[in-house]
Amino acid sequence: MAGPMIEAHALTKRFGSFVAVDGIDFAIEPGEAFGFLGPNGAGKTSTMRMIGCVSPRSGGELSVLGLDPAHDGPQIRARLGVVPQEDNLDTELTVWDNLMIYGRYFDLPRREIRERAAELLEFVQLSDRRDSRVDPLSGGMKRRLTIARSLINRPEVLLLDEPTTGLDPQARHLLWDRLYQLKRSGVTLVLTTHYMDEAEQLCDRLVIMDNARIVAEGSPRQLIADNVTREVVEVRLGIDADTAAEVAALKQYGDRIEALADRVLVYTDDGDATAGAVTSDGIGAVSVLVRRASLEDVFLILTGRSLED
Amino acid sequence: MSTPALVRVVEREARVYARLWRGLAFSTFVQPALYLGAMGIGLGGLVKAHSGSVDGLTYLDFVAPGLLVASAMQLAASESMWPVLGGAKWMRQFHGVVATPIRPGELYGGFVLWTAIHAMLGSAAFVLVAALLGAVPSAWGILAIPAAALCAAAFCGPIAAFSITQESDVSFPMIMRLGVLPLFLFSGTFFPISQLPSGLRPLAVFSPLWHGVELARAATTGHFDVAAVVTHVAVLVACVAAGAFAGVRTFTKRLSS
Amino acid sequence: MTATLRILPFLRWGHRPWRLVERNVLAYRRVWYIFLSGFAEPLFFLLSIGIGVGKLVGDLDVGGHLVPYRTFVAPGLLAIAAMNGSLLDTTFNFFFKMKYTHTYDGVLAAPLTPRDVATGEITWALLRGTIYSAAFLVTMLLFGDLRSWWSVLALPGAVLIGYGFAGVGLAATTYMRSFVDFDYVNMAMIPLFLFSATFFPLARYDAGLQTVIRLTPLYQGVVLERSLVIGDLNWTLLLHAAYLLAMGLIGLRVASRRIGLLLQP
Ligand SMILES: Nc1ncnc2c1ncn2[C@@H]1O[C@H](COP(=O)(O)OP(=O)(O)O)[C@@H](O)[C@H]1O
Ligand SMILES: [Mg+2]
Repeated sequence: MAGPMIEAHALTKRFGSFVAVDGIDFAIEPGEAFGFLGPNGAGKTSTMRMIGCVSPRSGGELSVLGLDPAHDGPQIRARLGVVPQEDNLDTELTVWDNLMIYGRYFDLPRREIRERAAELLEFVQLSDRRDSRVDPLSGGMKRRLTIARSLINRPEVLLLDEPTTGLDPQARHLLWDRLYQLKRSGVTLVLTTHYMDEAEQLCDRLVIMDNARIVAEGSPRQLIADNVTREVVEVRLGIDADTAAEVAALKQYGDRIEALADRVLVYTDDGDATAGAVTSDGIGAVSVLVRRASLEDVFLILTGRSLED
Repeated sequence: MSTPALVRVVEREARVYARLWRGLAFSTFVQPALYLGAMGIGLGGLVKAHSGSVDGLTYLDFVAPGLLVASAMQLAASESMWPVLGGAKWMRQFHGVVATPIRPGELYGGFVLWTAIHAMLGSAAFVLVAALLGAVPSAWGILAIPAAALCAAAFCGPIAAFSITQESDVSFPMIMRLGVLPLFLFSGTFFPISQLPSGLRPLAVFSPLWHGVELARAATTGHFDVAAVVTHVAVLVACVAAGAFAGVRTFTKRLSS
Repeated sequence: MTATLRILPFLRWGHRPWRLVERNVLAYRRVWYIFLSGFAEPLFFLLSIGIGVGKLVGDLDVGGHLVPYRTFVAPGLLAIAAMNGSLLDTTFNFFFKMKYTHTYDGVLAAPLTPRDVATGEITWALLRGTIYSAAFLVTMLLFGDLRSWWSVLALPGAVLIGYGFAGVGLAATTYMRSFVDFDYVNMAMIPLFLFSATFFPLARYDAGLQTVIRLTPLYQGVVLERSLVIGDLNWTLLLHAAYLLAMGLIGLRVASRRIGLLLQP
């Protein structure tokens, strides 16, 4: 297919008078992993639901797989896989039956579904739970089953809304690993997240959303390069420090500083030198730490807020 | 001085009750009137035309205590299933209760007590409505209220003890359809058990509802035989005791792990 | 033919709504005993009210035929069972899947539409109801309560009753906010159950009440079934049938639109 898999111009979603998505533009190319990074309430889920053809757009243009969601919802959905923010597995069915019936929703022949279901359970490491009910599965298992379910129709595009929110680190890494494999097999991944590490790990390209709008776009590397210095020095101040004065004093050490509730971030291209200078200065720092700049910093600089508020 | 644990459990349930008054007002006052009107008066007219009386009573007088106790039973049965499993598993408020100094056994006792009180309130309304419709010929009828409450406890006790052991509600519709419904229909509520096929008649003795209905009927009509009354009460108390024996254990097992 | 299919889309075998039926079959396969217990309910009523109370009531005159009370009440019980079964599936069970387990969110992410969901659930309710009604009709036959060859239409009649209540039940459920609102279902069902000429004839009411009852939905079904099994036919039966059909059609329309609004905001 020539051209983007998904393309939006001035895409808008209103709930009554409330604007949840405010005229955003983006284009997602075949085979790429594209992310929407933003805090809660930014409008990520609303956007994903419009792409998934389960929420009519209020304005602008949207084309998915070259079709119009307003008219061709069922045809488009037949070629998508969806992992919604909240798992909606069928709790009255077993793991296996969840896959079987989902395949039937796509009108696939039973024999074919059985083959795929067995492969998919293997893929998400749930083969030993195939006859279990859904209820007793752990959060990570449910998420993996939801992913298996979303792949039953061999989708061209996989939509993942906060795929790892609420999972423990081990479950997250297992999931990332599976998503990485999917990406290599050529599936276009569209995901939302409010974890910058997830965005950095998985996305070729991403947009940063805040307050219903897109505030920046690019690859993770490019976004950092364009907006932040190479390194960041995190300075933790003592509880009884005169914060205002200390923050003012830190200003001379970096290109830019951000004062957070519990620490001050000093943006600089040479972290070690800056850290050394801060330590030898008489500032009452409890700890000084150097790290590489991340998408978290990009978000902070662009919006003045941190991602996980 | 602190409030006894039992009273605190009762108070909690009563607060929940207060929130749901609308549906409960219907089931408490309107539903009895509808049932008595349809069965006692509508159907009763047909019975009168054909049989005259039933066991020496008008059909309305016959069926009123049956409906009274049967509705107490239905209330007790359904309240002892979904809400109990919900308290232990879905909403988990029982876990909140036993995190306080209240013990699981006390929670069980308070729950059964509350259900009996709940049934008593409903039965009082029922008897009032029935009296207004002329279905309570004797002043002893007031005693039908504790009789219905006792019958409610006889159902609530064992069923709640069972419900708390469950992981899902699949067995509840079965209990309703294959347990509660046949009891409702064949325990001398709508027709005297003397009409059951002779082979089945002795089985009525095993129906707690039949004992409850006989007790209430003795009260509303004022015709009673002391020995029979004592037997009925004893059977119902035995059901409550058996329930308590099991319930204290099953509640403790489920909630204190 | 296509017009019929548009009105009764569940007749189109294998069409998308049938996926919901498949889903429910899968769900019930593991709790088949619940499915089976559905047969018992109307049977218990027939034995208790039809036979037990029947002995107290004796024979009744229905449209010029003198029949035992059991024969009078059985078609009423059939209509009640059709209403109850179809309301259980389309109110309580539907609400649970829509609001608590979010089953339909998953369904709608696949190529199915809100109308498929509404049609599928109604189809399921009707299939289940048909099986129970057929069993009940066989019981009536064994008791000798099917007095006329027109009784062969009693099964389609039961399906029609189920259709009417399924449509209205589904539509009403889309307006419910929580399980507390199900009190309204009870408030509607109990009077219908008791007063639709189910347990005693319409003639027992005074003229004013008779008119009111003639307008209520379950009464349509009771008259339809009773006339068919007793063989007391006349053209007004078509009006009763049309009433039920309209309930179903309007309900299905409203439900489809409302499911779309609720689940695809
Ligand atoms: N169905 C709805 N009705 C009204 N407001 C909604 C609805 N869905 C989402 N919103 C609002 O739209 C905003 C964006 O929500 P959402 O798209 O879920 O954000 P995100 O997924 O980025 O957290 C939030 O303020 C949310 O409350
Ligand atoms: Mg979201």
